[in-house]
Amino acid sequence: MLLMKTLDQLKPGEKAVIKNIKPSSLTIKLLEMGLLPGKEVSFNYRAPLGDPISVRISGYNLSLRIDEASLVEII
Amino acid sequence: MNYPAETLPQSPSIKSNRSIALVGNPNSGKSTIFNLLTGLNQKVGNYPGVTVDKKTGRTKLPGDTTAEIIDLPGTYSLYPRSADEKVVLDVLMHPEKDKRPDIAVVIADMNNLERNLLLFTQIRDLAIPAVLVLNMADIARKKGVSVDSELLSRQLGNVPVVRMNARNGEGLDKLKKVLSQEIVNQEEPFLDVLPLAPECIAEVKHMYGVNNYYEAYQWLQSAERLLFIDEQQQEQIKKTRDSFGFQANELQIKETTERYRKIQQVLQDTISTPDAAGQQSFSNRIDRVLTHKVFGYLIFFAILFLIFQAIFAWASVPMDIIDYIFAEFSGWIQDNLPEGVLTSLLAEGIVPGIGGIVIFVPQIAILFAFIALLEESGYMSRVVFLMDKVMRKVGLNGRSVVPLISGLACAIPAIMATRSIDSWKDRLITIMVTPLMSCSARLPVYTVLIALVVPSTYIWGVINLQGIVLMGMYLLGFMAALGSAWIMKLIVKTKERSFLIMEMPAYRWPRWKNVGFTVLEKSKTFVFEAGKIIFAVSIVLWVLASYGPGDDIAQAEQQLREQAEGSNDLEFLETLETEIATSRLENSYAGKFGKWIEPVIRPLGYDWKIGIALITSFAAREVFVGTMATLYSVGEDFDDESTIIGRMRSERNPDTGQQVFRPAVAFSLLVFYAFAMQCMSTIAVVYRETKGWKWPVIQTVYMTMLAYVSALLVFQLFS
Repeated sequence: MLLMKTLDQLKPGEKAVIKNIKPSSLTIKLLEMGLLPGKEVSFNYRAPLGDPISVRISGYNLSLRIDEASLVEII
Repeated sequence: MNYPAETLPQSPSIKSNRSIALVGNPNSGKSTIFNLLTGLNQKVGNYPGVTVDKKTGRTKLPGDTTAEIIDLPGTYSLYPRSADEKVVLDVLMHPEKDKRPDIAVVIADMNNLERNLLLFTQIRDLAIPAVLVLNMADIARKKGVSVDSELLSRQLGNVPVVRMNARNGEGLDKLKKVLSQEIVNQEEPFLDVLPLAPECIAEVKHMYGVNNYYEAYQWLQSAERLLFIDEQQQEQIKKTRDSFGFQANELQIKETTERYRKIQQVLQDTISTPDAAGQQSFSNRIDRVLTHKVFGYLIFFAILFLIFQAIFAWASVPMDIIDYIFAEFSGWIQDNLPEGVLTSLLAEGIVPGIGGIVIFVPQIAILFAFIALLEESGYMSRVVFLMDKVMRKVGLNGRSVVPLISGLACAIPAIMATRSIDSWKDRLITIMVTPLMSCSARLPVYTVLIALVVPSTYIWGVINLQGIVLMGMYLLGFMAALGSAWIMKLIVKTKERSFLIMEMPAYRWPRWKNVGFTVLEKSKTFVFEAGKIIFAVSIVLWVLASYGPGDDIAQAEQQLREQAEGSNDLEFLETLETEIATSRLENSYAGKFGKWIEPVIRPLGYDWKIGIALITSFAAREVFVGTMATLYSVGEDFDDESTIIGRMRSERNPDTGQQVFRPAVAFSLLVFYAFAMQCMSTIAVVYRETKGWKWPVIQTVYMTMLAYVSALLVFQLFS
């Protein structure tokens, strides 16, 4: 199976739908912040040094590190 | 239509003095509502057993009742991570009825109801009578978001729903009216958690007689984090978990997912959200500049520069006034009260001690006004965003930026500000390195020492050389903080993963009232928390400096007086009183101790007099200047810095005839003061925040070693 694309691989302005959150100790935190499977997420911009990133999810801006974004599988 | 509060049953059994907890996501406008409800009737205390500030206040409700309002820290769910968040669960679940709030008011941002309702439904299921506030109704109206409050109220289980716009006070009367009446939510929970782990939850409910299944479930989830559960019970719960195979993390995910599913169902019927991107694009346009590769950092450093200038430029006048008032008052006591130990304790110990605390209030107030402004406007989260990668390289976190900046005023509020860092390792390292930032207490020391050895010349006619050296000292502290953090990152090991998952709120105009309240609260906390310790230490130091072993002091004084009687030397007679003061200090316990440590500090170029100053600086670093004044007999007008500097410059070593404060010594001292942990209050606050002596001891040892070695190097290099 091909590797699933993750949130950190999007480019500024791109949109995607969340497929799944990979299991980890941060899964619950990501869910709490509204990163739910089936939700549309759009990529805002990266921080000047490339990390963290800013995304838009259910009407608000969320910033997270690339490590955390790579837990979010998208289609 | 909102919840028809008028139709609520009036119950005669309502407590006349109810306690109401405010809960909500960060950025939901909770503190604005708290300020709106309580006004100036606020006080900050402590939750028993933890150091998180407990903000409470009183409010008047219709029908001549009053209520106590508790402002709980912002959180996204009942699964706590940071020290702040743990308090929420602890307060809401307290088993003693009278320690639990009577009502929980959950503040939700109307524009992001789905996420906000997650916390709401969890709290509602704890069976505390709950009220839902839909805040930011103005933005929602602009966006075209409409909510059927009545239907929402029914679907959530007979929960009063109040629509508010806290920024202009809209909906406040309605909220107060709801709060003055009896609140009876539907008994069934929003989400039945029993099926998640039926036997296990039922067992815990039975064992501890808790109110409902959700509470039992939370006991299972959070036993280790709840203060009211003792070790024996924790052990029992752990056993129960193991025997039933209770998978805490998996169940958290399951619970959260199911809640969201139900919330989505409810919202489908009750809310309509048009696809409006207006608000977002406005904030994003600003972000394009403020998080720009070049401008982003330039603007951030410009803001830092402004804060820096303000702390030192604007605060100097009020600080001088405070200094003057306390010096005058001290003098007045000496002149007007009968001579004696008590008067001298009052005039030389207590009053200057309090003055030493109050003098920092202007700087702390200005600093926190700026920090509050940056937080209120939404800019602070952008700073975290900009700095995270750099800070992470040295073992810190984007969120460490605020404590580090605060450390420029005072390490005490700075260390308290680390509570928002959710990863323990990041937070610990931030606490450990923050005292290396040059706080305002070091400034007087820097000023005196720099003036002593650096000429006040101008480079290119504009840049002051002394100013450059001063800036260098601040940079030195900052670099030392980063370097130490990096080393600690390699040493401190934890299993916990460091992360940054942070909401970036839309930019908004700061509310001046909130800024004012923050400044008031922080200044008060500083005066009363740090003040207690500084006060105590200054009394101890006064005793050490005023009394000595045996009658050494009396003898030395008598000797000087006898000498004076037979002398015609006018200059000597004129300075007799200050000579006596110097000899008193020399023969006091502090003086003896200074001499005792002389062998240790001689390699740094210091004599025993500087040794005394190092010791007295433990109360507060700026005591250095006062001690120098006493030691070098500047006498009455020791507030005049130029007198001290002149006197120190002419001081010579009696054995070698060498100038005592030659550049090598002054630079060595500068570095020593930059790095040394000479602050009892900081040690005390680190003890409180890390809950033990381990970290404050390690911190004091490493900072002292760093100071000693660096000062040694500097002295050897320059001499």
